[in-house]
Amino acid sequence: MDLNFNAEELAFREEVRTFLREKLPADIAKQIKSGLPIRAQDYTRWQKILHERGWGAPSWPKQFGGTGWGPVQLHIYDEEAAAAGAPRTIPFGLKMVAPVIMAFGNPAQQQRFLPRILSGEDWWCQGYSEPGAGSDLASLKTRAERQGDHYIVNGQKTWNTLGQHADWIFCLVRSDPNAPKQQQGISFLLIDMKTPGITVRPIITMDGAHEVNEVWFENVKVPVENRVGEENKGWTYAKFLLGHERTNIAGVGASKRELERLKAIASKELKNGKPLIEDPLFASRVAQVEIDLIALEITNLRALAQEAEKHAPGPEASVLKIKGTEIQQALTELMMYAVGPYALPFGRASSEEGDLRTVAGPDYAGPLAATYCNFRKVTIYGGSNEIQRNIISQMILGL
Amino acid sequence: MDFNFTEEQQLLADTVRRFVREGYSFEHRREILKSADGWSRDSWNELAGLGLTALNVPEAHGGLNAGPVDTMLVMNALGEGLVVEPFLAAAVVTPALLSRLNDEKAAADLFPGIATGERIVIFAHQEPGTRGETSHVTTRAEKSGDGYVIDGYKNVVSHGGAADELLVSARTSGKPTDADGISIFRVDPKATGVAVKTYKTIDGQTAADVELKGVKVPASSLVGAAGKAHSAIEGTYEVAISALCAEAVGIMKAVNATTLEYTKSRKQFGVPIAKFQVLQHRMADMFLHSEQALSMSYLAAIKCTDPDRNERVRSLSAAKVVVGQSARFVGQQAIQLHGGMGMTDELMVSHHFKRLTAIDLTLGDTDFHTQRFIATPAG
Repeated sequence: MDLNFNAEELAFREEVRTFLREKLPADIAKQIKSGLPIRAQDYTRWQKILHERGWGAPSWPKQFGGTGWGPVQLHIYDEEAAAAGAPRTIPFGLKMVAPVIMAFGNPAQQQRFLPRILSGEDWWCQGYSEPGAGSDLASLKTRAERQGDHYIVNGQKTWNTLGQHADWIFCLVRSDPNAPKQQQGISFLLIDMKTPGITVRPIITMDGAHEVNEVWFENVKVPVENRVGEENKGWTYAKFLLGHERTNIAGVGASKRELERLKAIASKELKNGKPLIEDPLFASRVAQVEIDLIALEITNLRALAQEAEKHAPGPEASVLKIKGTEIQQALTELMMYAVGPYALPFGRASSEEGDLRTVAGPDYAGPLAATYCNFRKVTIYGGSNEIQRNIISQMILGL
Repeated sequence: MDFNFTEEQQLLADTVRRFVREGYSFEHRREILKSADGWSRDSWNELAGLGLTALNVPEAHGGLNAGPVDTMLVMNALGEGLVVEPFLAAAVVTPALLSRLNDEKAAADLFPGIATGERIVIFAHQEPGTRGETSHVTTRAEKSGDGYVIDGYKNVVSHGGAADELLVSARTSGKPTDADGISIFRVDPKATGVAVKTYKTIDGQTAADVELKGVKVPASSLVGAAGKAHSAIEGTYEVAISALCAEAVGIMKAVNATTLEYTKSRKQFGVPIAKFQVLQHRMADMFLHSEQALSMSYLAAIKCTDPDRNERVRSLSAAKVVVGQSARFVGQQAIQLHGGMGMTDELMVSHHFKRLTAIDLTLGDTDFHTQRFIATPAG
């Protein structure tokens, strides 16, 4: 047993570090390290830089233009990119629809869609949840009726992330309302967001951000050639996708970066004239998160090692999702408490782009309460943590 | 990065697990607990026969010179069976200390008997108020003629009553919490002035308070350099913490399995109680805790001999915190999910629970190790 990286892995880490040092745009890294949102074009800009280096799709196999990296290399890359302040991967194209197209799409679909995901030309979003279908996703109602070479799609999707920038949406639709089980009548469609009849309506979340949308479909014509795999087999593909969504869900690298930011803030903030980080109560809260993160990192490495042997993430990924998101939330909470009442002023000093000054109080305090609010989402999305506990009890405990 | 064990390590783990399952049943353990000594010389000899007493003894002294990963695997299995014989105290802690004191004569004297299991040598260090702080030593050894006179009090010394010989930490200079000035002495528990009060602990183990009043020892009983024992003691504690973490992991695994079985067989409202989601989620959390503890037990085994002190201390304290918290959660929830049956002496789970409780109180509890983690800067 050995927890250290071997010489080859260390050399790879050095290569990643050098690349990030040379190519990661400073303005993007600064924004991320300050805990502030970046623009859609920043994500695309970074994706193009990665693509030039041949690293556009770290998790894809080589045959589709991926890096062919193994789980340990992927982990090293994710860690280093997060530490350097690189944008997170927007998962919908690269990590969600692409693996489905690779596994179940036909060659024409693979040639048409994958290169444009890789290069950052197409922005993808997800059409899964509906107002009446959240954790119980299979009860979805968006209807797809076959008419010759087309499906006519009608219905409503919700919690669609960043769809306002999207060129394409992948959707689960009900193609057979009379199937004996509701899982059996679902198909997986790829839909051009420019198709007439699609309306995207923003949902403003409690942090004031426009991150999610409702997407309405009114007699939207979708060519049958845009269906992935077989008609009515979409649920199988959806489950496959959910398995992939959970990889790197632990978010160890990003949490390490945020822990450092928390410590930096708590060193600047004072309590009774001394740095807050020296307050025993606060220090013990920080230590608890740091210790939990150390444990999560090793649990994550164990899962990676297992994945490398079995070639698929197992149900243990649910453990990573639960612990990873709990730690993320604890960090945002502690950062907010670290600045006390100056967490409350809401807004920037000016609307000028790149102006990081907050309306009142230290600039680092400005976004903390909003981030705390925003991060309540992480235990809800990607299969809520309660659903993850269901998965553990069914798949691991055998209940 | 590699989470696999060698063939020898797997064989060792299988061997000890077989001993526990075939030779150390719950009923057998019950009989041992009822006996006057509270542990069994026969079982001890069986463990010695498997090579476990020689595991951590250097090769030069007839041992196997195994590492903390081997100890971890042994402790996993002994934890599952709640083995009460002094493996940790006599075959892990004492060899770790003796190896770190760099005293060839004492090593040559003591190791052969330790390796065969014939001699039980116990390290008596903890005192009232120690709470895991390895430098807290108020017991004093004053120079007197060509020897020393030791006065002090050691408490809850694991298997102190079973000792053929004690290794006692005593201050030859300095103030009670100075790292400098601590020495180790060989003390005969039957010597004049030594009073050993043996008792059972809540977890079925045995321990002793050792009072030392004007105990005269010759200069030759000093082990290692005078006043310089602290780093050896601290290193020994890290090894012991790693072993304790592994024991807890073994117990938690067993506890989770029995809880799962119990909830599948126990029926209420016409269905097995495992059908209730509130219990399923509780067991999912128990699994999650034990997974995090297992990860930290690996870290502890790898890092407990790390030459970088800060890295070692931070890792071991972090491990003790995660394991302590997990042990408490898993233990408490296991009793809760067993309902009234969990309260009884009749079921193994209550015994597992008591040992998990004891582990968090041993070698510094969660609060102590959280503070030690905070006080130790990252490397």
